[in-house]
Amino acid sequence: MSEPATLAPEVLARIKLSFFEECEEMLGELEAGLLALKRGETDPEIINIVFRAAHSIKGGGASFGLDSMVHFAHKMESVLAAVRSNQLTLNAALLGLLLRAADVLTDHVRAARGGCQLEGSAAQEIETALSALAPNGTSIGEASDHEPSEQVGFPTLAADAEASSLAATRERRWIIRFRPHASLYASANEPLFLLRELQYLGEVRTTLDDSELPSIEDLAPEEAYLLWTISLTSTADEQDIRRVFEFVEAECDLKIELFDESSAAREAVSRKIVDAVAVNEQTGGVRPSTYRDGIAAGGAASRLGETIRVDVERVDRLINLASELVVSHTILAQRLAGIGSASASETELPLDELHQLTRELQHGVMAIRAQPLKVVFQRLSRLVREVEAATGKQVNLVVEGESTEVDRTVIERLIDPLTHMIRNAIDHGIEAPEERLASGKPVQGTLRISAAHRAGRIIIEIADDGCGINRARVHAAARSRGLISGDAGLSEHEIDQLIFLPGFSTAKAVSELSGRGVGMDVVRSGVQALGGRISVLSYPGKGTTFVLSLPLTLAVMDGMLISVCDRHLIVPLNTLLETIHPKLDAIRSLGAQARILSIRGEHVPLIDLGQALGYRTETAEIKCVILLVEDDAGRRAALLVDDVLGQHQVVIKSIQANYRLVEGIAAATILGDGRVALILDVNSILLSHARWSAPVEQRLAAG
Amino acid sequence: MSGSKLILTVDDSATIRELLLSELAGLGHRVTQAEDGINGLEKLALEPHDLIITDITMPRMDGIGFIQNVRRDERYKSIPILVLTTESDPTVKDRAKQAGATGWIVKPFDPRKLAEAIRKVTA
Repeated sequence: MSEPATLAPEVLARIKLSFFEECEEMLGELEAGLLALKRGETDPEIINIVFRAAHSIKGGGASFGLDSMVHFAHKMESVLAAVRSNQLTLNAALLGLLLRAADVLTDHVRAARGGCQLEGSAAQEIETALSALAPNGTSIGEASDHEPSEQVGFPTLAADAEASSLAATRERRWIIRFRPHASLYASANEPLFLLRELQYLGEVRTTLDDSELPSIEDLAPEEAYLLWTISLTSTADEQDIRRVFEFVEAECDLKIELFDESSAAREAVSRKIVDAVAVNEQTGGVRPSTYRDGIAAGGAASRLGETIRVDVERVDRLINLASELVVSHTILAQRLAGIGSASASETELPLDELHQLTRELQHGVMAIRAQPLKVVFQRLSRLVREVEAATGKQVNLVVEGESTEVDRTVIERLIDPLTHMIRNAIDHGIEAPEERLASGKPVQGTLRISAAHRAGRIIIEIADDGCGINRARVHAAARSRGLISGDAGLSEHEIDQLIFLPGFSTAKAVSELSGRGVGMDVVRSGVQALGGRISVLSYPGKGTTFVLSLPLTLAVMDGMLISVCDRHLIVPLNTLLETIHPKLDAIRSLGAQARILSIRGEHVPLIDLGQALGYRTETAEIKCVILLVEDDAGRRAALLVDDVLGQHQVVIKSIQANYRLVEGIAAATILGDGRVALILDVNSILLSHARWSAPVEQRLAAG
Repeated sequence: MSGSKLILTVDDSATIRELLLSELAGLGHRVTQAEDGINGLEKLALEPHDLIITDITMPRMDGIGFIQNVRRDERYKSIPILVLTTESDPTVKDRAKQAGATGWIVKPFDPRKLAEAIRKVTA
């Protein structure tokens, strides 16, 4: 008997890991399908997709012995099978149950991934509800009921147990009559292989009866004419023998009897003897040494062309190299331009080509890291259901643009801010059903999350049709927490932005959902850490919309190169509104230090960048250039700089990772000529300025 | 065993494909993979296979449709087909058999059973 190798633990672990990744995809499809059904879509393929997802999770899970997960997936699958065969009607209640079941299944998968089992009454409750729905005796359930040995985890090696029980049994002689039907051949079965298989049970002697074989003229090639009589001396019982013929039981006449003298007499009619032992020699065991080579060969031959899995680190290294290549190109181009015009014209064309190729390479490599926002958005619908359940509010989640692709890191770090904003939108924004009814709104609130590419950035909007920001309450809360002074005259828009201030929270009692010690300030800093911006628009009684603007990638950014005190700095282009050569009379001094710039009737604080960064102590003369910038909160300021040198795309190098956090500086980069430039953190510059200039703004507002 | 076989595995689950690949490679076989019936027919056309192991529940073209298509084609008529199934439900097996399946493997399969099933249907 050949001894099949068991999979090496590391191989199994690798496959298990990819199984869990696959599970996440399946869970996504499962949920998306159920949601589509909930929206009233009727494509019959949807229920098939949903069924297949549950089915695959169950099938894979069983291979790894993840019993409780498999058990639950099985219950779900049974209900879905009943829906598919129209035994159950899909109504809103059933869809609700299935969606919650999908959540529980997700929990099961995550628990299994973490090496534990899911516990809790909610899961149990849903499982019971599913069990009640699945019609009795659904065929799928039979597997576990009838063949418990097959349900044992992977890899099962029942061989040893079987062998020992067999050893205890005495050898007996069996007589097997085997007459294949034509259908046996049609299904590509081969009697020879089955006879050979019998040898694994014991000593075999075979006789062939070809008496029914017609002459060649009358022979129908698709017909079956042969009959075998096999004598098997073995410790096996009848069931073991039947198992050999398992695949063909319905396609042959099979008679299995214990040998006795009278049957021995009938055996005398045998005409041909097939020496089965010879076949046995041919089919010797597997050499264990071929195992590893086999995996390698099989692996190479069988890779699906469509996808490969690669370490993120490797991709990041490529991105970094591609970005450096862009910089090297720029340096090279500058040097060549410096050499002289004759050689410059000769190198111009290949240099242009190189430029094109490096850019394409860079974009291509960055595209590897891009993932559709679907990954995040899919999680949100579950979140909405949970918050709905906890608040008693009814919410219709509308998701748009989920195929928009964003850098993987951006996606990962978006999860927390989005989660928080959605909780807020339902908890604070959308009103209770009776309240909505009273104000003439539909009972079900709408929460719309959309994503789109716009001007090289990703714009994500989260809009609810709730009550809007309660400005009186926000204003009062900010005042009582000392975040603004009592007489601060703020515009409606400015009041709305107060919710982003650290330490701000309006929840009367810290609610279970939103108030987890995390406020919108954390959301904002999370978004800012991604190079993103967040703003809020609110319409009383009509709703609130949060707008997130994010960069496509964290590796490269567009910036304006400027100089201050002979130092080079990059101002992120997304913060820059305009460049101004000011007239002297546009600048007014307020007190000893504060100055303001008036531009088209608007007053903005003027910040001397050289001073703000500590490059110089005395205030610079106004003979230079002013940059009008805006931070994430929509706060504007004029930055006084010495010179504007031009627009650059730069590769971002973290200072924090390589050095330490520096106030006012977001990161660093290497310029085309090899010099280092710092990337300005406009938010932090404006914020630290606002700390001591707040009274100025108030005086302005008052005057 | 008369040497290494080329086995086509058809399953929409990458996990099952990977498990089969590792097991079959461990038994000394070469493996090609397909994600569904249509993909399976495409792979089949590329090189002659000794055995097909296919799932039943798959998108685009399920296992039953796949088996029917294989059996309809003179070139593939005699390739044994093992059906992968989590169900030991006779109706699934019957449907597969009806379509022309040679035998079946109940998931989760252990190496011994897999080897046994392959032995029963291949030279």
